Amino acid sequence: MNISVEEVKKEIETHLPNVKLRLVRDSILIENPEDLPQVALFLKESPRFLLDYLSSVTGADYLTFLESVYHLYSMAQKRGPVTLRVRVTKNNAKVPSLVPVYRSAELQEREAYDTFGIIYEGHPDPRRLFMWEEFQGYPLRKDYAQEDTEVLEIADIAWLETRGIEVPVEMKEKAKTLHAAGQRAVAQKPEKPRP
Amino acid sequence: MTIFGWGVFKGMMVTLKNFLTSYFRKPDEGGIFTVQYPEEREKELENFRNFPFLVYDGTPEKIRCVACGICERECPPKCIHIEMELDGTGKPARKPAVFDIDYSLCMNCGMCEEVCPFDSVFMDHAFEVTSETGSEGLVRHKEALLKSNEYFQKIRPALASTIDQKRKAAEEKKKATVQATPPPAAGAQAQGPQ
Amino acid sequence: MTNIVEIKNTDLAQTLEINFGPQHPSTHGVFRMTVQLEGEKICGLRPIFGYLHRNHEQIAENLPYAAIMPYTDRLDYVNALSNNFGYALTIEKLAGIEVPERAEYIRVIMAELARVVNHIAVIGFMLNDLGAFFTPLLYAFRERERILNLFEEITGSRLMNNYFRVGGVKRDLTGENLAGIQKIVSRFPAFLEEFEALLTKNEILCMRCQNIGVLSAKTATNAGITGPVLRASGVNYDIRKVDGYSVYNRFDFKIPLGEKGDVYDRFYVRILEIRESLKILDQALSTIPPGEIMNKKSLPMLKMPRNFKPPVGEAYGRVESPKGELGFYVVSDGTPQPWRYHVRAPSLINLTVLEEMCLGQKIADAIIILGSIDIVLGETDR
Repeated sequence: MNISVEEVKKEIETHLPNVKLRLVRDSILIENPEDLPQVALFLKESPRFLLDYLSSVTGADYLTFLESVYHLYSMAQKRGPVTLRVRVTKNNAKVPSLVPVYRSAELQEREAYDTFGIIYEGHPDPRRLFMWEEFQGYPLRKDYAQEDTEVLEIADIAWLETRGIEVPVEMKEKAKTLHAAGQRAVAQKPEKPRP
Repeated sequence: MTIFGWGVFKGMMVTLKNFLTSYFRKPDEGGIFTVQYPEEREKELENFRNFPFLVYDGTPEKIRCVACGICERECPPKCIHIEMELDGTGKPARKPAVFDIDYSLCMNCGMCEEVCPFDSVFMDHAFEVTSETGSEGLVRHKEALLKSNEYFQKIRPALASTIDQKRKAAEEKKKATVQATPPPAAGAQAQGPQ
Repeated sequence: MTNIVEIKNTDLAQTLEINFGPQHPSTHGVFRMTVQLEGEKICGLRPIFGYLHRNHEQIAENLPYAAIMPYTDRLDYVNALSNNFGYALTIEKLAGIEVPERAEYIRVIMAELARVVNHIAVIGFMLNDLGAFFTPLLYAFRERERILNLFEEITGSRLMNNYFRVGGVKRDLTGENLAGIQKIVSRFPAFLEEFEALLTKNEILCMRCQNIGVLSAKTATNAGITGPVLRASGVNYDIRKVDGYSVYNRFDFKIPLGEKGDVYDRFYVRILEIRESLKILDQALSTIPPGEIMNKKSLPMLKMPRNFKPPVGEAYGRVESPKGELGFYVVSDGTPQPWRYHVRAPSLINLTVLEEMCLGQKIADAIIILGSIDIVLGETDR
């Protein structure tokens, strides 16, 4: 069974008057990201909704802003989804973590950080999930440029040399020029795009 | 039963029963069900879906493919590469000059078979595919992919007969419409030199 | 959070850190955990993911909706039909496409067969991990082979089926296929009797599995655990009953619940779920209506996937896959490719509580606990 979004919005606005909300496409957008844990805790403990199960936390990239989307369900009352959203900009992508409220956000927030670069403050273990720790870049953003794996960078050369592997001089020079220009080794797109 | 170990004993009885019945029961009923490949083979099922192939009617010149490129666009891992053949004057003749399928990328999904509008790409049953030159040898060119309609009938009888019936019906309809309208050239020639 | 504090406070000079590397016969795929041991007792456990990360979500952002279906097979590669079901359901919700009735019945039949296939494999592998080296596994796989041969006849492939389509299914079930399914369903209870005689009261199994890896209902709900793991802890939440998607609300089946939430309960809940699935299959096979198998309006989408442009919006669809709640979140912007596509994988989320369940147990129990959570790395890492 479904819960109507207007009902939830009204309930939150009566109990938490400082929180500003907006309805976007059948979901609730919380204007200020700092209010998120408060709203989530209220929804979890309110006897009317009892949304005690956080089903999915994910990120999305909409070119001008990043979004963090949460789907909440109620296991006690077996009722339908309530979707919450929070929007941040790419330069200042900080969202308070929901781990103190729902433990299921632990691994999913790590994944959103790994793929989009949304930093969750208060997360007990803020590491990347799928990529290795030294990886740079956030792959699922729309402006992610894929690395060229044939061209080495300075960090790669340092890693190889600590393990006693010889690197040819031209590759070292190329890496130095790239580093001086502040660029990363970006893969070139093929000339004729495949249809 | 309250003897400690009775559950283990009952379990041993089950394994003993399976062991003894494997000697004289049929493979389906508890006997030995190993198929000694490659001397014995399992039955080939009609709908088994493996790599794609191209169909020709009669001779390899009468290839059904017209190089429209729809399968190339819709292939999810993008393993098909097609180039249209150009006839003498540079106009496209409706035949492929190059039709490459990279078997090392192909994931046997069957999308090319589904989207082809000219009934020319179908999924084969051949799974014993090898190459001696590494993954470059797994790119199959047009000659290796062409197989006749009789082969198609043999491996997939139900689908092939439906397609044949459909093509025959379409051809007969086309012949009927061509015969209904009289050819305009005859009338013009009759009035020619006056 | 308390677990991490415990690790820091332990005298590190006395603990041994072992790497359950990505290559291990009992970790159900390329899964890595680092375990800190004090003697043989576990005092810390840290899973490391990403060894099978294939970037499924970004691949799907460049493909039209119909072409993503073969990729969803490869998520939970043990039972590919449930993933197809979840994806088809989500896109139908997004675009408002209706599915004809016969197609719904066929979908339920295939999904329940996939559930049987998965539970048998899991039970077999769990017993393998316990040390009953391969005998129960091969008994289970003997039955599973019959179902996989049936899948090959119907869909074309044993594991990577690619059978469901947005708006219906690809091929109809002939009378022969239905008779084959009926034969499997009627022979199955005999196999389950034999399996239970072999195992359920076995003393070794009971002593190794009971009171190991206990998970309380409150922790499970808060940590987002779903599927047989949750039901073994006593929480009655099955998406087939809660959402009633497809035609599940026409069938009469029970939800087996456990009491203690230990490894033995999770194993036995799966055997009981196989019995309930056989009941659903019986009912569906006897009441399947004739009709068409694909919505006429979405037939053009099969021939020209580039022309299918769903309306701008988003949808979150979920199904009860044999491992838990498999959810798909799709955002569309009116073009033939999705703007954002995310898979809510039950295997990843069920691993949140792995550390908590393993603390204080012996190292051999960690293998069994991991086996009872039932993970598949294709889904965890996507």
